[in-house]
Amino acid sequence: MKNTILVVLLALVAVVGGSMPYWGDSYWMYEFVNIACLFIFAMMWNLLAGYGGMVSVGQQAFFGLGGYLMLALANLAGVNPFVAIVLGALIAGVLAFPVSKIAFRLNGGYFAIGTWVIAEVIRLTVANIDAVGGGSGTSLTAFRGVSRSFRENMTYWVALAAVLITLVSVYLFLRSKQGLALQAIRDSEVAAESQGINVARMKLAVYILAAVGCALAGGLYFVSNLRISPDAAFSVNWTAFGIFIVMIGGIGRIEGPLIGTLVYWLIDTWFSDYGTWYLIGLGALAILMTQYLRSGLSGLIQQLTGLDVLSTRRVLPDEREQSRPLATTKASHV
Amino acid sequence: MLLKVEGACKSYGALKVTQDVSFAVRDGETLGILGPNGAGKTTLFNLISGDASLDAGAVYFDGETISRLRPHERCRAGIGRSYQVPHPFGNMSVFENLVTAACFGAQVSETEAWQIATEVLESTGLREYANKPAGSLTLLNRKRLELARALATRPRLLLLDEIAGGLTEPEARELVDELKRIKARGTTMIWIEHVVHALLAIADRLLVIDFGKKLAEGTPDEVMNDPEVRRVYMGIEA
Repeated sequence: MKNTILVVLLALVAVVGGSMPYWGDSYWMYEFVNIACLFIFAMMWNLLAGYGGMVSVGQQAFFGLGGYLMLALANLAGVNPFVAIVLGALIAGVLAFPVSKIAFRLNGGYFAIGTWVIAEVIRLTVANIDAVGGGSGTSLTAFRGVSRSFRENMTYWVALAAVLITLVSVYLFLRSKQGLALQAIRDSEVAAESQGINVARMKLAVYILAAVGCALAGGLYFVSNLRISPDAAFSVNWTAFGIFIVMIGGIGRIEGPLIGTLVYWLIDTWFSDYGTWYLIGLGALAILMTQYLRSGLSGLIQQLTGLDVLSTRRVLPDEREQSRPLATTKASHV
Repeated sequence: MLLKVEGACKSYGALKVTQDVSFAVRDGETLGILGPNGAGKTTLFNLISGDASLDAGAVYFDGETISRLRPHERCRAGIGRSYQVPHPFGNMSVFENLVTAACFGAQVSETEAWQIATEVLESTGLREYANKPAGSLTLLNRKRLELARALATRPRLLLLDEIAGGLTEPEARELVDELKRIKARGTTMIWIEHVVHALLAIADRLLVIDFGKKLAEGTPDEVMNDPEVRRVYMGIEA
């Protein structure tokens, strides 16, 4: 029943969202693509930190790599930019393997800073490659000769598809056996290992998956924005906004990034003209949330309404509890 | 012999926590481990479960060396363990804790894991907490969960680390009954415990550790009457 509702809901989003180029404004489509990139990025950060317990401050490394790999493949190798997004994401996933060998030597706060340092190293390296414009960056030229509306529509559709695919795959992943393992690792690595879970392999898998996702978001972002520079692509702001979205929405909850992205988008639309004050406000809000509302807005909504649509919980049906109202009193004097 | 530990040595810096300890456990047997605080009992468990690595010596399980296996591999091989300080998967429900243990420890499908988890819930008296977050349990129930989760991995050898500590007398009795049932099903156990009478109710043999060394080993009668054990462990001058 719940699955039917979800499928219908997804189909509705796909149809209404998918037809937008025929009735919507191109500004909205551009806006959606940017937000979609942030959303995918936040989903990945949530998977890493909220489920895998790996608090990375360096996911911009893969966002930027995704952008640059897409650009290099499209500009230099003549690959269709949309195909290049996917190829770039896959290559970033392969690169994540050696990167993990360095990052995984560190734990906790050291891991966080270590991933940031790695991202900076990659930024500086890319800034010294002249073929992609060096420090000042370059433009995506592969779209020359393609009509603007076609490019915008395609970018939009690809973004919509990427959002739906990310959401569905993360959901299915968390509902699978591997999802249980990941949640167990989040709660206690020591216990997870002693219950037969290969913690090292699981963390590596999640790290690589998150790299692919972030690179996908990066490739998409720069297909939409057409211009890339190392400072924009490897900005730590990507991770900062990702963290903000996850904190506001609810960390370690699948609907967290969804709600967080919506809230972030609203705040950004209304207040981003206030410059520094806007950023201070975002930071203050995040601090308040971590202090008073750990489960985020999605947790609050669930508490208030009892709704848990995207739940991945395994619930044991309790046919006996109703017939044993004295169960709790019995337990108290055991 | 289901488990054989040979010349196990482990040091942390200059501190020799385990010094040349050897012992063996037969299939179906329950071995109790006694020793003062800091004697190296938990370290011995860590060496068996793989949470710590041996400096020298070897551990054999079912005739094969497992000294180089990682903890999750030893669990899959059939060694289940509980921790002295409970490590529940706090944000997951009690039921999910057990399903996870069964899925990965016993390596069964999720459908089978649900079955194992349901059985274990019944036998350990955690049924009514099944859908509660494990982090919300009381200490007693966390200890029960620690045992239940180890059981859900379908172990051939169960390592229990002070699961009776802090329990009231009736609670301890209930625990001993539960362990007797587990023993009757043929599960081999090693139990570290300070609550000596609980241990004596079920142990076939005892092993006493002091300063990382084996002090005595034998039937409960032999060990409890050993003058050295009485002096070191119980503070009784013979």
